Amino acid sequence: MLDAQNAFVAFDRVQKSYDGENLVVKDLNLSMPKGEFLTMLGPSGSGKTTCLMMLAGFETATHGDITLDGVSINNIPPHKRGIGMVFQNYALFPHMTVAENLSFPLEVRKMGKSTREEKVKRALDMVQMGDFAGRRPAQLSGGQQQRIALARALVFEPELVLMDEPLGALDKQLRETLQFEITNLAHELGITTVYVTHDQTEALTMSDRVAVFDDGRIQQLAPPDELYEKPQNSFVAQFIGENNTLEGVIQEIKGDTCIVKLDSGDTIDALPVNVAEVGERTKVSIRPERVEFNRDRLHADAHTLKAEVLEFIYMGDIFRTRLRVAGTDEFVIKTRNAPDQARLVPGEMIEIGWMPQDCRALDA
Amino acid sequence: MTEVLAADGRPLKASLNRALRRQKLRALALIAPLLIFILVSFVMPIADMLFRSVENEIVADTLPRTVMALEEWDADSGDVPGEAVFDALYTDMALANEYKTHTRLGSRLNYELTGISSLFRKSGRRVGRFDTDVYTDAFQDADPAYSDPAQWATWMADDTIRANLPITADTYDAWAQMIVEAEGDVPAEEEPWDFVYTALYQDATAGADLPIGVDLSGIEPVSLSAQFADVDEDWLDPEVWQTIKIYSPEYTNGYFLNSVDLLKGSDGIEARPESEQIYVTLFIRTMIMSLSIMGMCVLLGYPIAWLLANLKDSTANLLMILVLLPFWTSLLVRTSAWKVLLQQQGVINDVLVWIGLVADDGRLQLINNQTGTIIAMTHILLPFMILPLYSVMKTIPPSYLRAAKSLGATDWTAFWRVYFPQSIPGIGAGCILVFILSIGYYITPELVGGTKGVFISNRIAYHISSSLNWGLAAALGTILLAVVLLLYWVYDRIVGIDNVKLGG
Repeated sequence: MLDAQNAFVAFDRVQKSYDGENLVVKDLNLSMPKGEFLTMLGPSGSGKTTCLMMLAGFETATHGDITLDGVSINNIPPHKRGIGMVFQNYALFPHMTVAENLSFPLEVRKMGKSTREEKVKRALDMVQMGDFAGRRPAQLSGGQQQRIALARALVFEPELVLMDEPLGALDKQLRETLQFEITNLAHELGITTVYVTHDQTEALTMSDRVAVFDDGRIQQLAPPDELYEKPQNSFVAQFIGENNTLEGVIQEIKGDTCIVKLDSGDTIDALPVNVAEVGERTKVSIRPERVEFNRDRLHADAHTLKAEVLEFIYMGDIFRTRLRVAGTDEFVIKTRNAPDQARLVPGEMIEIGWMPQDCRALDA
Repeated sequence: MTEVLAADGRPLKASLNRALRRQKLRALALIAPLLIFILVSFVMPIADMLFRSVENEIVADTLPRTVMALEEWDADSGDVPGEAVFDALYTDMALANEYKTHTRLGSRLNYELTGISSLFRKSGRRVGRFDTDVYTDAFQDADPAYSDPAQWATWMADDTIRANLPITADTYDAWAQMIVEAEGDVPAEEEPWDFVYTALYQDATAGADLPIGVDLSGIEPVSLSAQFADVDEDWLDPEVWQTIKIYSPEYTNGYFLNSVDLLKGSDGIEARPESEQIYVTLFIRTMIMSLSIMGMCVLLGYPIAWLLANLKDSTANLLMILVLLPFWTSLLVRTSAWKVLLQQQGVINDVLVWIGLVADDGRLQLINNQTGTIIAMTHILLPFMILPLYSVMKTIPPSYLRAAKSLGATDWTAFWRVYFPQSIPGIGAGCILVFILSIGYYITPELVGGTKGVFISNRIAYHISSSLNWGLAAALGTILLAVVLLLYWVYDRIVGIDNVKLGG
């Protein structure tokens, strides 16, 4: 773990309030090394955009310190921070051509004409928009505008780039292409990137690390795989990916496993994550693809649950089956469409179970 | 290209038109009341008014014979026209006097040459008492048939006699028409008037055969020019005749020349004497003052519009009410309030004196001059600048300014390079509104403008309601309209009219 002193970007106990009564950001601590692609992910109103705006300088922190490359930037106005930014609606200046838009940050930095032209051309080529220099933003499609916005944020070679839901307005296919392009570009150029989104797929596929925001706090800050496989609390487990939740009480803790007595009376094996003592209420989280209904693949002493198949959905690459388990109708399992994979029939009674490490006992 | 056919074999275009016709008719029916109202109450009066700026039928209508006779006369000769012109004038004047049209003509020609009005009025009064009754007596003494109205009517119905006596026939017809129209009598029962006998005498001396021979050798001919000169010496002034001749065509550019301080001399267009030149100065002053008012409105309105567009809605609404408040107050009340504020013993001067900025004996002249007009009109027209500015600024997302700043622009650069260019459509719309409104403004300059701060529109109003020179008022109005259209065109070329936004 990086400490605040040698981090490139650091938030140190940052708080933000707009009205003096409610904190939008509560005690935020975050350190980023140089070159990292970090995504702030969270539902709307979770404080992620406010954090980005504080970093960009458009909002001031009510309390705490934000440092960039070891220097506190609390009192530096936005135009002196040298941070590139891509806005949600691109914010391309409509009265300027693409080339003029890109030239703008260079002009205000008083660069010579030939330098400007060269840099603009290089930036446009970088996003494969070299032929569009003379167009106006209104003459471009959404995806093209997005590329130009990206090129404009990069043309003055900032070390830190902020992106505020830049792909929100694009269709799915274009979004996927651009996700790939943006990550590639960021890594190639070695820029540190802070990316804000509410789309978890985007966060998982693009980032080195993801900070999940809720209620003004970072709920978990981890690489995508860890975030998905080892959520630290039930919010993260719910928010990232599909998740089955069962509620119950801790019955027994032994080492790195525990036994949970569900509200329906059944008992299951789980991994205690943030539960401490017997008798505590818990929400256990199991990913649909980690549920096993082939008894042979489970430990001999594993606890199992009876389940009734309610619905079988064929989705091509996978099968999605909805079950009634321990009093809930929303228990979902996913199985790969393999030649030997059983196709369950509604009404069928089966027995399901899982490896204890895949079932995480989290806070209630 | 082959024609596309609809399913029933008709051309697709025709089918489409038929399908749309009902819709179009309905749309037309909806706008018809307004359209008719505007046509009748706005377009037609304006067209009529504009037509008056060139219309000049009154001279030829009132003095038809004189105008014809004057065609022979060389206006540049410096001589008084010959006796034939005075003969024609006598008949015309006698008729016009009965129709009471000579005074109107006098007023019309008085715009061009001062004094003609009274000349016509005097001559009209005297024309019935000219010495031409000697002709009447001579004919009536020679044969009683000449005093018989019925006999006259018979003669004048006879084509041979009419061909023989062309002047008499023409004059008698005009007289008969006048008797019916102006007097309400029957010509066959009325003895013709002196000027008919004068015409008969003129025919006779030209050698025509009279219906009943009369020896006229004993009569001393009456010189009509002498008669007219006796009424007023001015009839012997060639300038009077020049004026009549110059303004005899049915259409004239005289009003327009007058509007730009020129006049029609006998040898073409020339400048008016310096003491009579006012309109060009007034036009230029109107332009400059309208531009100043427009500029003031931009300077004062822009920051307010910006504030309105960037405040939160509840505060913005309150401010907007304050902006609109002048709209809800009577124009007259507002203007009078400025009188109270601006006069030398008024509030503003009092405050300045009290602060010590201005000495008591050096109070500022803020009203009854251009300053007064500019201050009061800027206040009145400010909402017309703020509203379009506001509605345009409202559509500029704040992210543009943020983007500019994140790209390294200072607050000022971000405003000037990014925000301002996008607000130009609002400035354009506001400027056009304010400029066009102020160029034709009338009440405020009239009340606070004094003599130096009035606009061309005040002059137009004067000619419409006081001097009754509607032709000149129409010409001034037409020029004003043309100037506005010209400026609109220039604006379109420079800024582009597509760049004007009133909102949205």
